[in-house]
Amino acid sequence: MARTISSRQTTVATIAAWFLAFLMFFPILWIVILSFKTEGDAIGTPFHVLTSGWTTEAYSAVQERSDYPKHFMNSVIISLGSTFLGLLIAVPAAWAMAFVPGKRTKDVLMWMLSTKMLPPVGVLVPIYLIFRDWGLLDTLTGLTMVLMLINLPIIVWMLYTYFKEIPGEILEAARMDGASLKSEILYVLTPMAVPGIASTALLNIILAWNEAFWTLNLTAAKAAPLTAFIASYSSPEGLFYAKLSAASVMAIAPILVMGWFSQKQLVRGLTFGAVK
Amino acid sequence: MGQIILDQVTKSFGDVNVIPPLDLAIEDGEFTVFVGPSGCGKSTLLRLIAGLEDTTSGHIRIDGRDATELPPSKRGLAMVFQSYALYPHMTVRKNIAFPMKMAGVDKAEQKKRIDNAARALNLTDYLDRRPGQLSGGQRQRVAIGRAIVREPAAFLFDEPLSNLDAALRVGMRLEIGELHNRLKTTMIYVTHDQVEAMTMADKIVVLRAGVIEQVGSPLELYKKPRNVFVASFIGSPKMNLIEGATAAEHGATTIGVRPEHISVSPTEGMWKGRIGVAEHLGSDTFFHVHDTGLADMITIRAGGEIDLHHGDTVYLTPTPDKIHRFDQQGLRVA
Repeated sequence: MARTISSRQTTVATIAAWFLAFLMFFPILWIVILSFKTEGDAIGTPFHVLTSGWTTEAYSAVQERSDYPKHFMNSVIISLGSTFLGLLIAVPAAWAMAFVPGKRTKDVLMWMLSTKMLPPVGVLVPIYLIFRDWGLLDTLTGLTMVLMLINLPIIVWMLYTYFKEIPGEILEAARMDGASLKSEILYVLTPMAVPGIASTALLNIILAWNEAFWTLNLTAAKAAPLTAFIASYSSPEGLFYAKLSAASVMAIAPILVMGWFSQKQLVRGLTFGAVK
Repeated sequence: MGQIILDQVTKSFGDVNVIPPLDLAIEDGEFTVFVGPSGCGKSTLLRLIAGLEDTTSGHIRIDGRDATELPPSKRGLAMVFQSYALYPHMTVRKNIAFPMKMAGVDKAEQKKRIDNAARALNLTDYLDRRPGQLSGGQRQRVAIGRAIVREPAAFLFDEPLSNLDAALRVGMRLEIGELHNRLKTTMIYVTHDQVEAMTMADKIVVLRAGVIEQVGSPLELYKKPRNVFVASFIGSPKMNLIEGATAAEHGATTIGVRPEHISVSPTEGMWKGRIGVAEHLGSDTFFHVHDTGLADMITIRAGGEIDLHHGDTVYLTPTPDKIHRFDQQGLRVA
């Protein structure tokens, strides 16, 4: 028998869902509100914050004090670069594991994922020393490499799950139809895999954009992305709520806009393989 | 041309020997059906011929040329898969054109062949749709269209009708039969359904555990099954197999009588029994008779008008010259 859901249950569930969604969105909303206040108003009670006047002076101050375009460009280079490099390595890897699996394929996948279980701080010192010795500290190259490497297991896993969904018989049909390996990949596999590759890329760009541990620890000024730009406003000289909020809004705005326009792809990416 | 010769072909997956040495000749233009229960190696055999699996040893010759080491794309064969295996991102037209595109056929010729195939398969109105917008039967026709336009040496069908509903299956069976009559190209067809095998084949290859049990025309297999396995596999409903004293009377370990070769009477006959289930199909009636002392159940095929029902006592008489005799090894006694 089908489960019946009363309209009261639906109403309760809807209210709960909206409440939860609001709870999750609240920090972002609050940051946006604070960013339009003076420093004095920003540290007041919530009531005071909501009733005081609005101003864009925090934004002007941030613009004056820091070089937003430079940080923004660094973030773009690091997140796009690490995603592109990661895909370059992960696509063939996932391809091989999905379509020509060996006895140890599952083990290799688990081993890759296990690196994500390691607390990053545990390898901070060795990586810092390697970066220092190789002259990679505070360089875009170094940062792109390290972000690519930390996200690589996720990229491989996502692509693997996606490729697994492509029925092998279609590839066999292409072979029977006279396709060489190159045409098989070019005309049959890639077009079918594009949605998967796209959502993987999107998720990875977001992860790389917001990554703060490595970007803060391995950069100083030259290669600092937007995460470092935000962090520079929570300084030991005291908290500047309004400026910190303004910087945060400026840092997350681009990725928020991108995420908004690619919602569909993103949800598909996050729920990979969840439903047949 | 499309003659295919298998010469001592074997296939093992790791330690498991799926196909022991096997010889088979398929002549040009023949409609050959590989039939057998699931897991008998019939699909593996087809995939070996297609080149989708590598042989462990032995040779496959297509039109006299050794094709054992050739990749699937170079064998000149076309395959229709059970899952249709259409390219979901291409329209029907592009799906059908794909093998020609791979072969470098010029555009005008491509168009001509696509139009011909579409007309023959009733797909003209669907050429610009994607596979996702088609029904199962239409998808299967697209898959066949994709195979036809290549003008292959032989068509390979891997259980192509299993995903269709019963009514559609009968229709497609006829279409494939007509296609063969028209093209006269070699076709190899894999199925577990002996009715498909009987109705379509010029030659049936009955397989069990990778071993060929018998090769022959449908009627040869029906009339002279080489062993008990073929006897019980071919024919519907299944042949009745009787062992023990009754078989010994006929000088055999097992005797077999087909349901259509036993007459039934409410008053007199050789064997007495009681009707369990009576299936009235209109044209025929199938009686499943118990308590005969011969086997658990004896199945009989009688006329549609016969007035006998569950629980009735009946007398059965086999047609003497239609009794199949098998020895201790299950082999036919001449």
